[in-house]
Amino acid sequence: MICVKNLSHSIGKTSVLQDISLEIPKGKVTALVGPNGAGKSTLLSLIGRLMPLQTGRISIDGSDIAQTPTRELARRMAILSQTNSLGSRLRVRELVGFGRWPHHQGRPTHEDEQLVMQALDALDLTALGNRFLEELSGGQRQRAFIAMALAQGADWLLLDEPLAALDMAFARRIMAQLVALREAGRSIVVVVHDINHAAAWADHVIALKEGRIAAEGPPETVCTSQVLGDIFDMELRVTQIEGKPLVLHHL
Amino acid sequence: MDRRFALLSIALVASCGFYLFWGLGPRWQFILGLRAPKLIGMLLVGAAIAVATMVFQTVCRNRILTPQIMGFDALYILMQTAMVAVLGISGYAGLSISVKFGAEVVVMTVAALLLFGTLLGRGTQDVARLVLTGVILGVLFRSFSTFLARIIDPNAFAVVQAASFASFTNIEPNLLPVTGVVCLGAIALSLWLSPRLDVLALGRPIAISLGLSHDRLVLLALVIVAVLVAVSTALVGPIAFFGLLVSGLAHELTGSSRHARLLPMAILVATLMLVAGQTLFERVLGLQSTLSVVIEFAGGLFFLWLLLKGRTR
Ligand SMILES: Nc1ncnc2c1ncn2[C@@H]1O[C@H](COP(=O)(O)OP(=O)(O)OP(=O)(O)O)[C@@H](O)[C@H]1O
Ligand SMILES: [Mg+2]
Repeated sequence: MICVKNLSHSIGKTSVLQDISLEIPKGKVTALVGPNGAGKSTLLSLIGRLMPLQTGRISIDGSDIAQTPTRELARRMAILSQTNSLGSRLRVRELVGFGRWPHHQGRPTHEDEQLVMQALDALDLTALGNRFLEELSGGQRQRAFIAMALAQGADWLLLDEPLAALDMAFARRIMAQLVALREAGRSIVVVVHDINHAAAWADHVIALKEGRIAAEGPPETVCTSQVLGDIFDMELRVTQIEGKPLVLHHL
Repeated sequence: MDRRFALLSIALVASCGFYLFWGLGPRWQFILGLRAPKLIGMLLVGAAIAVATMVFQTVCRNRILTPQIMGFDALYILMQTAMVAVLGISGYAGLSISVKFGAEVVVMTVAALLLFGTLLGRGTQDVARLVLTGVILGVLFRSFSTFLARIIDPNAFAVVQAASFASFTNIEPNLLPVTGVVCLGAIALSLWLSPRLDVLALGRPIAISLGLSHDRLVLLALVIVAVLVAVSTALVGPIAFFGLLVSGLAHELTGSSRHARLLPMAILVATLMLVAGQTLFERVLGLQSTLSVVIEFAGGLFFLWLLLKGRTR
């Protein structure tokens, strides 16, 4: 379980997160939703210790992230940011290979190589393994970064908008894969903008608005026209399909 | 890659041999005694600049900057001018070499840490801003030197001018043991850090996600860069573009992004260029001190080419 207590964060003079307390269940797929600028990325980076905590505490499976060595945390959680730019010119295989770094610290074993192959395969990148990243399309590059996070093999997987830039086939495939990982005992936190992906695949939904938690619960309770309409300040129709909410946000 | 590495190593050994033994004459012991320290100095400075540049480029995640371009060479000239202004010509000339060297290294290491620390400490990835800051700092330091130079008398200015050009052969033999220990220590540390530098190059978020103590490594890397740049500048004078040429060639020759390969290759390229170049200019063409000018010119052209091609990564 990830436990966030009284978390506030400001950048410059603007307050981005205000007194957030929440629990993210272990062994579940949790979707983080909300309008642009709501603070989703900030919250996720704070959990992933990419930014120093200002006030509040965060613990992951009982250990305080501010107290736990970062190397230890890397074996427990992998975080993928919304934007990634590399300083070096890498091939896809090399990038994904770095996902195993927390385990081998620069000396990959045969097992590490196997896991890299599996991650490449899971994202249909085997054929592109030898390409340089800058020779890929936006969506292919995004898949390479997801593969790296997968290869890390951590209990917790925090993904910030992994579906951005993916076509609908890959978007569905990634979500299905996250569910498969949950079946294998991992816990996943994922920021998604397409609310229907959250509704269809997530076990738990947390909605942020203007730095506060606006709604929290299973998709059936969060994905209603009332709740979502308030969060996004728009009129929405929600129907049901196969027992899952379907938000007609485009109409 | 390994074949290239082997070939270049042979070339390096050969040019060292040429430099040392070619045309020794009857007073060979005396001549060797003069040449050996120069050779060692060139090897040290080449390796130091190579490693400093590679590590610096990894920290600021681009391939067009060198620590020196960030206003460092101008700072060195400012220091020389200030010393002449304060101490006068005779005071400056009378400075004990080791005292001057020690003071320069300390001041420049601190200055470099402040400079690079404030620029890169917060993870600035805006290359354009970095280049611009470097240029502005350079102009600032230079105009301050000019201002000082106006105040001091013309003869003193000539002394400063002479100190403002790099010379790979005016290396003071007495400084070599200390320099050697410091440089070799910093270089060995960088080589040991190679795998971590590879991760550092992935950028802060990914590096932290992979469990690297990112901020601490950046600080350590900047200390290494500052020390290496300070020592090599104090030894031979200001050099701006040489490192750029070296890192470009190292990337080209290895085709790898792994520091365990890049760093040794850069060291090899840098030392070979210095020793072979010096042998050529000094022995064949009879020109004592033109190597630095030629290397800087070539490096400057390469810098322009990188900028025009937009090859910043
Ligand atoms: N470096 C920064 N300086 C100033 N304000 C910032 C900075 N980074 C983020 N913010 C502000 O913090 C708020 C939250 O940003 P955050 O990136 O967490 O939003 P988000 O919910 O991830 O949005 P999106 O859906 O667009 O990714 C925004 O209002 C943003 O303007
Ligand atoms: Mg975001």
